[in-house]
Amino acid sequence: MNIQEFIENFAAQFDDTDVADFTAETKFKQLDEWSSLTALSVIAMVDDEYDVIIKGNDIINSETIQDLYDVVVKLHG
Amino acid sequence: MENNPFSLDGKTILVTGASSGIGQTTAISCAKMGANVVITGRDQGRLQTTADLSGNAVTQIVADLTVQADMENLLAALPPLDGAVLCAGNSTTLPLQFGSREKFDEMFDVNFFAPVELLRLMYKKKILQKGSSVVLLASIGGTHSFMPGNGVYGASKAALNSVMKYAAREYASRKIRVNSICPGMVDTPLIHRGTITEEQLAEDAKRYPLGRYGKPEDIANGAIYLLSDASSWLTGHDLVIDGGFSI
Repeated sequence: MNIQEFIENFAAQFDDTDVADFTAETKFKQLDEWSSLTALSVIAMVDDEYDVIIKGNDIINSETIQDLYDVVVKLHG
Repeated sequence: MENNPFSLDGKTILVTGASSGIGQTTAISCAKMGANVVITGRDQGRLQTTADLSGNAVTQIVADLTVQADMENLLAALPPLDGAVLCAGNSTTLPLQFGSREKFDEMFDVNFFAPVELLRLMYKKKILQKGSSVVLLASIGGTHSFMPGNGVYGASKAALNSVMKYAAREYASRKIRVNSICPGMVDTPLIHRGTITEEQLAEDAKRYPLGRYGKPEDIANGAIYLLSDASSWLTGHDLVIDGGFSI
């Protein structure tokens, strides 16, 4: 697991935002395209790719992609 | 109360999924309406809680309906029934692009194959007596509502609704009625698992014309109607109880 791969997996849940716009410091909830369905897709992606169950609050409490990555790393153990 | 068409007095009713949520409340409500209730669920401790809250003689049978041996044990232990409410089920919130065969199988095993197999065998073995009434717990999801993220769950409930209608036609030869209840969001432990945050749930509840999510009692009362003689001429119906959400 590494942050670059995580950013790519994260970016794949978006349809209109340029992949190049995503960095570890991206404040993802401020993106125009962000929606509750994107949140569900991110939760499902993390389950799929990392076998980790995150909750809606983990997303609420994360500001940047790095923040969420840190949660996934911690839960992954 | 005399001449109450909604009474379940003297009827023997099976309730699955009786250890929590809608199943638990339905079991308790049926007992209070005079039924002899047989409850089943996976968790013995929580089944005991349901029995204690029922305040009536309740027969408990611990079973996981996705396990064949448990299904066989349950069928062997069941008395002749006047009714059954099949509540055992699960839910998931998953965008369709993540709905793998594995995810669909997990959902269909619990929400579709288990209740359909139980229904089939209760009929075949004539555990369901002539004139009995079966209630399947479906959902507005998959038939009346198609919210993003609910596809895997909704498809399993839509399939269940479909079997309900076929069973209503076929089982009418024994005057057995088969109906379903399609609830909107009901406040049970199932919806508080964290995929959807409490804030999102509170916001979503405001979208219901009657201003709130359902309570288990709202659904249990519908089940009592469908089980009772008050609905004697009703079969093959999917009763929507959703606070007006699907209008």
